[in-house]
Amino acid sequence: MLDAVRSVGRRTIDGIWRMGVAVRFFGLTLVHSGICLRRPQLVMREIFSAGVLSLIIIVVSGLFVGMVLGLQGYETLQTYGSEEALGVLVALSLVRELGPVVAALLFASRAGSAITAEIGLMKATEQIAAMEMMAVDPIARVVAPRFWGAVISMPLLAAMFSAMGIFGGYLVGVVLIGVDDGSFWSQMQAAVDFRQDILNGVIKSVVFGVAVTVIALFEGYDAPPTAEGVSRATTRTVVTSSLAILALDFVLTAFMFRGV
Amino acid sequence: MHDNLVEIRGLHFGYGARPVLKGIDLTARRGQVIAIMGNSGCGKTTLFRVIGGVVHPTQGSVLVDGTEMVGLDQDGLYSLRRRMGMLFQFGALFTDMSVFDNVAFQLREHTDLPESMIRDLVLMKLNAVGLRGAQDLMPSELSGGMARRVALARAIALDPMLILYDEPFAGLDPISLGVTGNLIRRLTDTLGLTSIVVTHDVQESLKMVDYVYFISEGMVVAQGTPAEIKASDLPYVHQFVHGEEDGPVPFQYPAESYAADLGLSHA
Repeated sequence: MLDAVRSVGRRTIDGIWRMGVAVRFFGLTLVHSGICLRRPQLVMREIFSAGVLSLIIIVVSGLFVGMVLGLQGYETLQTYGSEEALGVLVALSLVRELGPVVAALLFASRAGSAITAEIGLMKATEQIAAMEMMAVDPIARVVAPRFWGAVISMPLLAAMFSAMGIFGGYLVGVVLIGVDDGSFWSQMQAAVDFRQDILNGVIKSVVFGVAVTVIALFEGYDAPPTAEGVSRATTRTVVTSSLAILALDFVLTAFMFRGV
Repeated sequence: MHDNLVEIRGLHFGYGARPVLKGIDLTARRGQVIAIMGNSGCGKTTLFRVIGGVVHPTQGSVLVDGTEMVGLDQDGLYSLRRRMGMLFQFGALFTDMSVFDNVAFQLREHTDLPESMIRDLVLMKLNAVGLRGAQDLMPSELSGGMARRVALARAIALDPMLILYDEPFAGLDPISLGVTGNLIRRLTDTLGLTSIVVTHDVQESLKMVDYVYFISEGMVVAQGTPAEIKASDLPYVHQFVHGEEDGPVPFQYPAESYAADLGLSHA
């Protein structure tokens, strides 16, 4: 019994300790970010590997999510005789919630796990140590460009996801089912507010991007330099960042859309 | 100019409560190739990490080119490391860069040289290790021996004063072994470097080094020129040089008696 209490206590302290180390790591990354301004091509490369290479999964998923929204939304709306509001429903659900959240979840499993595995393996094969011995700070050279590359990619991917989703909703709702074209778009245009909906969605995706990337970088940098250590770290990246995205989404939504 | 490039005095180090190095004295004169030998787990690699400033000793002093490494801040450490090269056991090449970019890495990070000059320098370094023709290959396409030679070219890219080699002979075939050994000697002589080699390849290293330190259980147990080492009658050195199974370094890991372990003591 006492042992169980003790182990809960130890795990809690370890967890908080790790969180502190991760926050310190995040701070160090920000402090060493100057290199990204001096050598933007380093960040470009990371935007390519985190952003461009994630495009396919984001675009395809966005399309399907939008098509499902179109179908489900139509089913529900037609009971109230307001099928024309389908455009609003699809656009608001995507821009406010599904775009940032689902894109971030996909980003965590596609780009986040890749970042963790790459840095973990660089550590396991002594590439990080070699860099330190060459008087090159790995936080500045390896971590900071990946951080900014991923953080810049995330809102762009979320926007792409929403745009594809709306197109998917249009395909199903207007082209397939036959909702009125004009009211689909005009109601959407009237109901979606730039600041309230789009900007808040962008803020969400930036916050998720920072969270996913910091978790992915930290797990990789902190991974024990063994095959098992790297594989565990990769799993932890996906699990922790998915939970972080959903929890942060609740907090942000509570602040952004309270009483509107 | 100090005659001794590396001077270690009374060095102690431990991981937690477990002491690894217990009072090491070691000197590397300029232009020499020094070998540090000892059986696995004797603290050789730790000694390296101390010289490279990766870990700080609990006691003692480490002078590199007249600068005390102990207590140096990151800027001081980095400016000293810029004049040091290190060859890791398996090369530690950057796997996302070609051979050319690996060798160019430090030149691009630490200098503002134009790309055309970097190209010339990189080709010169690659030529010195005989791999100019492999400049476009990726590290995954190299054999173990080639990877180590590329890593050597990368280590000499900035013309360092000191190169540390961590087990440069481990896992190499006899040809690569000889090539690597000769390269270390030749580069040391032609570039005016000082080399410290951690190894347990006795035969290969005795051919090319100037001075040998034997380390056992965190202490220097023997030292001398290769000729003195070969003639040494110290039991530890004898066992090591001749590769005997049992001696001061026992074959068996400490355990309770064999019979008791098999449950025969009551019989």
